[in-house]
Amino acid sequence: MTAASEASVAAETPSGGRHALLRSDRAKGLALISPTFVYTLIFLLAPIVVVVVHSFWTQTYLTIDRTFTLENYKTALTEPIYRDLLVRSLYISLTVSVATALFAYPIAYYISFYGAQRKSLWLFLITIPFWTGYLLRVMAWKVILGYNGVLNEALMGLGITSQPVSELLYSTNAVIITLIHAWAVFAVLPIFVSLEKVDRTLIEAATDLGDGAVRRFLRITLPLSMPGVIGAILIVMIPTVGDYVTPKLVGGTEGVMIANAIEAQFGRAQNWPLGAALSVTTMIVVSLMAGACVLLLRGLVRLVR
Amino acid sequence: MRMLRTAMAGWLGVYAVVYVGFLYLPVLLLPIFSVNDSAVPVFPLKGLTTKWYDSLAGNDVMLSAAWNSLVVGCASAVLATVLGICAARAITRYRFTGQRPMSALIMAPLVLPEIIIAVSLLLVMLQLGLGLSLVTVVLGHVLICLPYAMTVLISGFEGFDNAYEEASLDLGETAFGTLRRVTLPMMAPAIISSLLVSFTISLDEFMVAFFLSGSDPTLPIYIWGQLRFASRLPAILALGTLMLAASLVLLTVAEILRRRAARRTDADGGLIA
Repeated sequence: MTAASEASVAAETPSGGRHALLRSDRAKGLALISPTFVYTLIFLLAPIVVVVVHSFWTQTYLTIDRTFTLENYKTALTEPIYRDLLVRSLYISLTVSVATALFAYPIAYYISFYGAQRKSLWLFLITIPFWTGYLLRVMAWKVILGYNGVLNEALMGLGITSQPVSELLYSTNAVIITLIHAWAVFAVLPIFVSLEKVDRTLIEAATDLGDGAVRRFLRITLPLSMPGVIGAILIVMIPTVGDYVTPKLVGGTEGVMIANAIEAQFGRAQNWPLGAALSVTTMIVVSLMAGACVLLLRGLVRLVR
Repeated sequence: MRMLRTAMAGWLGVYAVVYVGFLYLPVLLLPIFSVNDSAVPVFPLKGLTTKWYDSLAGNDVMLSAAWNSLVVGCASAVLATVLGICAARAITRYRFTGQRPMSALIMAPLVLPEIIIAVSLLLVMLQLGLGLSLVTVVLGHVLICLPYAMTVLISGFEGFDNAYEEASLDLGETAFGTLRRVTLPMMAPAIISSLLVSFTISLDEFMVAFFLSGSDPTLPIYIWGQLRFASRLPAILALGTLMLAASLVLLTVAEILRRRAARRTDADGGLIA
């Protein structure tokens, strides 16, 4: 065994030394990925480190005091405005991610199990609206939910209300509806992928062994597709917590989220360290919430099974 | 049993149609109101007009924003695709240490709130005293496009059979010749598809451009500025419709190419057939 592998190494590296290292797959792979990796190091990781470092400094008018302090975090976590915004952002992103996953599951299930020849057509149909530009979609919801908007007209036309409902636009719910629509694809795709991986023979076996449809679903399909559900929830939850456009356009004062406060610190308020601390806090808290959700879902599946 | 199954399929089918309807309804409102002869987007429709489109043609601010978007989109698409090709090829062709964390970092923008990416780049640019310009927007857009470019490219490269390259080398073709005459032609559909997808993302991207564009607005930034004026809404809807149409065409082409790439690199001799 060792002799054979040594022989093969020797065969692969006739000239030995540095040349051999360059020719090895490992070195080639590293060399090939390095431009991309270095780019993300410089423009993604390093800037995030800069943000974290800034969050421990203080803004004194136009200059930045570089002595270490936790004051910004204290402000971010205890100041009622920021605490409320953070809690609301978390509430919105949790609701949106769970709702998108719930709405997406049946359609992903339908495409995977009954899509037959038209699977990729269905997927393409679902992806198209996602590509229409985020800003444009939020704008469309503004048109729908507005006081004289499409939905109010429809409600009055159907005789459900006699005058326009003013609460439709500029509310937390408007933000939630818009985000559920905007992130739908991100939930459908991962769930679909994991449903595709469910071994159909297992379901047949369960049928042969006398399991009913519900039991089959709960004990085979659902647990096996759970990675997709978890993926869907994470991929929706984390980005939506920092959404800026939707609360600004359809949220009104009631729907303001933490990103609006972060933007204000980097813009008008000119307090970069506080903005940085708010960003870091948001990321940490949403990661914790995401982690808790993953654990909870895994626990639930184990219980059901 | 069988009846239950068909009933299930029926209900799920209905749900699927309703769901797709929900996805499309808001999007369809843009083109509908963009040709409506009324300054407010309200039903019932008042009649057909192209005046909102006509108003766009003479709008120099909008046209310069469109030009900016075009430049940024092309630059971001090319950069993201070139970087994506390197990484996708490294991941699909070789096994090396650190592969997972490296690709995780490259894919990270997919699950990061865009405001975090935007704010951190902004902070670095301001600290270094570098001015904001379309260049900074491109730098950010490349980060955002990379995960999508990678997904497209990896799916295109995955089935690529190295035997073709080896055969080419064995038959006396140089390394560069092999790249040009064997590898690239086989990967061309995936590469073009990645370019189109990246361009579309850059064209529609708002958050990063909002923070990093300085005094040169891209189209979404222009739209954002116009949204404050209710009277300009129909013209914006017309502009939105045009952008929607552009995205749609680009992505349909990208999807067709991606599928062709997937077919071509299939291990079962798809190239010859």
